[in-house]
Amino acid sequence: MSGMMEGLNEKAVRLNVPLSAHLDITYRCNERCVHCYLDHDDHGELTFDEIRDLLSQMAEAGVLFLTISGGEPLLRKDLFDIIRHARDLTFHVKLKTNAILIREKEAALIRELGLGSIQISIYSHRPEIHDAITKIHGSLSRSIAAIKFLVSQNLKVTVANVLMRQNPMDYRGVKALAAELGAGFTFDPTITPHINGDRSLLNLNISRRDLRKVMHDESLVGDVAEYCAPPVPVSDEVLDELPCSAGNSSCYVSPYGEVYPCVQFPLPSGNIRNQKFLEIWTNSPQLQEVRSIRLRDLTVCPGCSHVGSCSRCPGLAYMEGNLRGPSTADCEKSYARTGIPSANMLRLQRVPTD
Amino acid sequence: MNDKYVKASRDTAARMLGGEMIVMSVKDSRVFTLNATASRIWKAADGYTPLREIVANEVVPEFEVDTDVAYQDAVELVEELAQEGILLIADHAIALSNEEEDA
Repeated sequence: MSGMMEGLNEKAVRLNVPLSAHLDITYRCNERCVHCYLDHDDHGELTFDEIRDLLSQMAEAGVLFLTISGGEPLLRKDLFDIIRHARDLTFHVKLKTNAILIREKEAALIRELGLGSIQISIYSHRPEIHDAITKIHGSLSRSIAAIKFLVSQNLKVTVANVLMRQNPMDYRGVKALAAELGAGFTFDPTITPHINGDRSLLNLNISRRDLRKVMHDESLVGDVAEYCAPPVPVSDEVLDELPCSAGNSSCYVSPYGEVYPCVQFPLPSGNIRNQKFLEIWTNSPQLQEVRSIRLRDLTVCPGCSHVGSCSRCPGLAYMEGNLRGPSTADCEKSYARTGIPSANMLRLQRVPTD
Repeated sequence: MNDKYVKASRDTAARMLGGEMIVMSVKDSRVFTLNATASRIWKAADGYTPLREIVANEVVPEFEVDTDVAYQDAVELVEELAQEGILLIADHAIALSNEEEDA
């Protein structure tokens, strides 16, 4: 995060303003990705009128950065009306999509509407791998065609590469593909549990060995010596910091109006079909509890050497059963970076022998 | 004397945060933080209210400043924001659509 964005975020936290919001407008999807954490049926999505009202409430509450995603958001025929309304309300809009429904016409419309960025999921530069993950034949070539249409409109496109057992080392090819297409690149080595709590998807996480390789790849992390340096002891003040912006300056709204601290933190905190957005943001006991938690309040992490540098996700911790507990996936990342086991790994005697 | 008309560029995102207008260029992600006076002008920049009227209604009563001085300061401000590409200035009202071409 840039210094300016960090400053804005800190100010939003201080003023209790939801500066960022992620809105999934549908869980329906035209791909069937093997690692997806969503249920793709429609259980009663917010109508266009409900979304329009929600966006007005969000603008009033102070939301500036709006991520619109799904499922596949282009499956909603009113997507561009939703974006148009969001832009009329002067949101900064980021669209997350697989892009296979984006052609020249849609790309031109996206440009006209003034989107800030478009993030497109690409799993591999090899069609046989990408298409096997999405379970849609031809999906890679369609997504690539869409990126070309969008880039030709001078739009900011980022290719997002989720790493899993099927594609652990394809990120190099995806990164090169993104560069060739004129797009940015980001990667994520974390598979999340299904939103219904099923944790079997975690079997798709890349191996420890591959995670270590990824974390030591200069092309991804920059200065490896700095990125992978052993953790340094932290001052007491660090323990007074917030663990994450989720619920503090950002939140998530599902296609059914449910409000969570984050898309990866499915703690039910209210529903905009029953309450005003700002009322939920301000008064929800769940969000208030999330906001009350400082690093020192966590169950295991304050005594961990990684506490000052860990990427601990409170949502993943919550899905492990305790929102104040450790997030095993992030313990693994800290270990992969530094070779030093986390306090949680030592506690559970999960110290690697490989 | 010709007046100026001002309107936020369509390629911006903006929101008030703690009494300051935060403006982001969607083209290059630059962020601008406007002070209280500039925030008032930004909010009133609808493309058809003359800048002199915006200053008279939004700035002078609130900040108790001389009208001509406030107007000159406002002109400098809007020209600066226009140079940054986040505000449109024209010597006639700016249409609600196709404003980029009209300005």
